[in-house]
Amino acid sequence: MSIQTPEAPTTLPPTAAPDTANRSRRSVFVRRPFFTIALIVAVAYLVAAIFAPQVAPFDPVQQDFNVMMQPPTVGHLFGTDSYGQDILSRVIYGARFALIIGIFAVLIGAAGGLVIGLAAGLSGGGSEWALMRLIDAILALPSLILAVAFIAILGQGVDKVVIAVGLSMIGPFARTVRGDVLQVRVQLFIEAAQLMSIPYLRVVWRHVLPNVIFPLAVQVTIRISEAILVSSSLSFLGIGVTPPTPDWGLMIAEGRDFVSFAPWMSAMPGFALALLLIALTIVGDGIREEFDPKLRKDP
Amino acid sequence: MTLPPHAPDAPVQPIFELIEVEQVFEVPKPGRPLFSRETVGLRALDGVRLSIRKGTSLAIVGESGSGKSTLLRVLLGLDKPSGGRALYRGKPIGEARARGTGFARDVAMVYQDARGSLDPRMTIGAIIAEPLRHFNIVPREGEAARIAQLLDRVGLPADAAERFPSGLSGGQVRRVAIARALASEPSVLVADEAVSGLDVSTQAQLLTLLQSLQRDMGLTLAFITHDLGVASYLCEEIAIMYLGRIVETGPTDAVLKAPVHPYSAALRAAAPQFFEPLSEPLPGEIPSPLDLPKGCRFSTRCPVAQSDCQSKDPQLGKLGSGRAVACIHPITQA
Ligand SMILES: Nc1ncnc2c1ncn2[C@@H]1O[C@H](COP(=O)(O)OP(=O)(O)OP(=O)(O)O)[C@@H](O)[C@H]1O
Ligand SMILES: [Mg+2]
Repeated sequence: MSIQTPEAPTTLPPTAAPDTANRSRRSVFVRRPFFTIALIVAVAYLVAAIFAPQVAPFDPVQQDFNVMMQPPTVGHLFGTDSYGQDILSRVIYGARFALIIGIFAVLIGAAGGLVIGLAAGLSGGGSEWALMRLIDAILALPSLILAVAFIAILGQGVDKVVIAVGLSMIGPFARTVRGDVLQVRVQLFIEAAQLMSIPYLRVVWRHVLPNVIFPLAVQVTIRISEAILVSSSLSFLGIGVTPPTPDWGLMIAEGRDFVSFAPWMSAMPGFALALLLIALTIVGDGIREEFDPKLRKDP
Repeated sequence: MTLPPHAPDAPVQPIFELIEVEQVFEVPKPGRPLFSRETVGLRALDGVRLSIRKGTSLAIVGESGSGKSTLLRVLLGLDKPSGGRALYRGKPIGEARARGTGFARDVAMVYQDARGSLDPRMTIGAIIAEPLRHFNIVPREGEAARIAQLLDRVGLPADAAERFPSGLSGGQVRRVAIARALASEPSVLVADEAVSGLDVSTQAQLLTLLQSLQRDMGLTLAFITHDLGVASYLCEEIAIMYLGRIVETGPTDAVLKAPVHPYSAALRAAAPQFFEPLSEPLPGEIPSPLDLPKGCRFSTRCPVAQSDCQSKDPQLGKLGSGRAVACIHPITQA
């Protein structure tokens, strides 16, 4: 474990000059071309979502019965649907809903998972057992099924979907947090802090929490795509957000009946969804491998 | 933290005093059937008598598994002994520890696994600032200067404060651990194998550092090592442990020059040169602490054991001139 500097141990090895650190960080984009492409794609979605009113050529819910079910043309690049709504505009606004739902749902899941996982990992004994059985029960069901159950309780709508998807993701987050807590709390630096008679809650705050929150942040980036997928599935099943909200899952479902003669109606939002999920997964994996703070050597 | 002045002839109260301390761990019985819950007691400490005077430096040496770390945990109040009394300035250690931050500030620890004892997500500066703030040692404005001063005292440049433990070498990390221990301005420094596993020159530097700290700041030092060379260089006094008991104590020079316990003599014979690691100390395996030998615990490996050694268990007894030994037939110098 202990690495020796044979010569002059009183002086630090030549400080990694800041420019070296920057160079290696910049070269991430060169070393990982797929990561770079995926990042560009994800950022493009983000920009499109934020500036949807400026980017989209039409109002996403404007119905025009003169141009119903048009295949892609110059006027409507992605074609129109059975109400004559412009699919490109709906896909762009759909990115807004997908990202909002995905990010907020994951934040709810991560926050809930952090609280339950910390409580389970730190309490031990009977309450830990009870909490873990609760998490196991949650984990026994796929998150889609759980989300369906929560929707059944909460009702439909964007806010309800965020809550339902978020709640359904608490289980996996809680389990990883608890695993990290169990690892961290037996570390020597925790005992060293307690030896200084630092109160337990302060030790948790200063030493346990930072050591579980970094891995959790990486998990969050990875799981956004899962949340988007689940929310789209809910809409596809017709129990998520309500029409005419421009949601990809909903659009795919609407185009289902016309798939033989107007395939673009389902294909365009499906393609948008697939591309975003792939991009987010690659970005998440890249972040985990590249910036995992446990592997970090210098600030 | 100052003691009331003593009359010159009154016996000075020791900082730490262990009286017949026992530490028994309940461990699964070897060879128990699969679902049984049978346990046996493992006597990690057994009848330990020790007193550490103010300002002294004590080396605790012994083979692996002899109970050195367990003894240290009792001294620090991390574990409550299962028997006997462990006192800090005349009060039970557990009580002293529970009564506010005084004990924690006064007694600092350097872990053997120095890297593991530092939070990997904190900079060196933040690590050293933690005790400074917790014990209110310096006002916030003076913090940076004090950190630089502490780093300088352990021989690290001030810019080390911005770095993380993962960016430092093993020797540097130990210096950081020592700097953190010194931050609370303790009067007692407890170190578990603080220099083992380092190359000889780093070891020598750290030992010189500890020695000067002990002299300049009047630190009381309790230093675990399995290296007699380190013990004799750094420590005025030595306590030799075998299977959970201190079998010989006294001034380091005297004990190493003329060991009285056959175990000390064997240790001494196996380490002829200072600054050489201890080689295979004794023939035979150290007996299991689960199944201590009858009578004297060393009798199974003792080269001069006699018949009564198998029946009587010797306690640590005074020998004069500050020395004590737990042996029925101590070696007498001709
Ligand atoms: N928490 C524990 N539970 C059960 N047994 C323990 C525990 N801690 C220590 N022991 C046992 O007590 C004995 C003494 O252990 P200790 O760690 O004090 O040895 P040591 O002298 O520090 O050895 P080393 O030089 O290898 O560090 C060993 O036999 C060990 O297995
Ligand atoms: Mg040990």
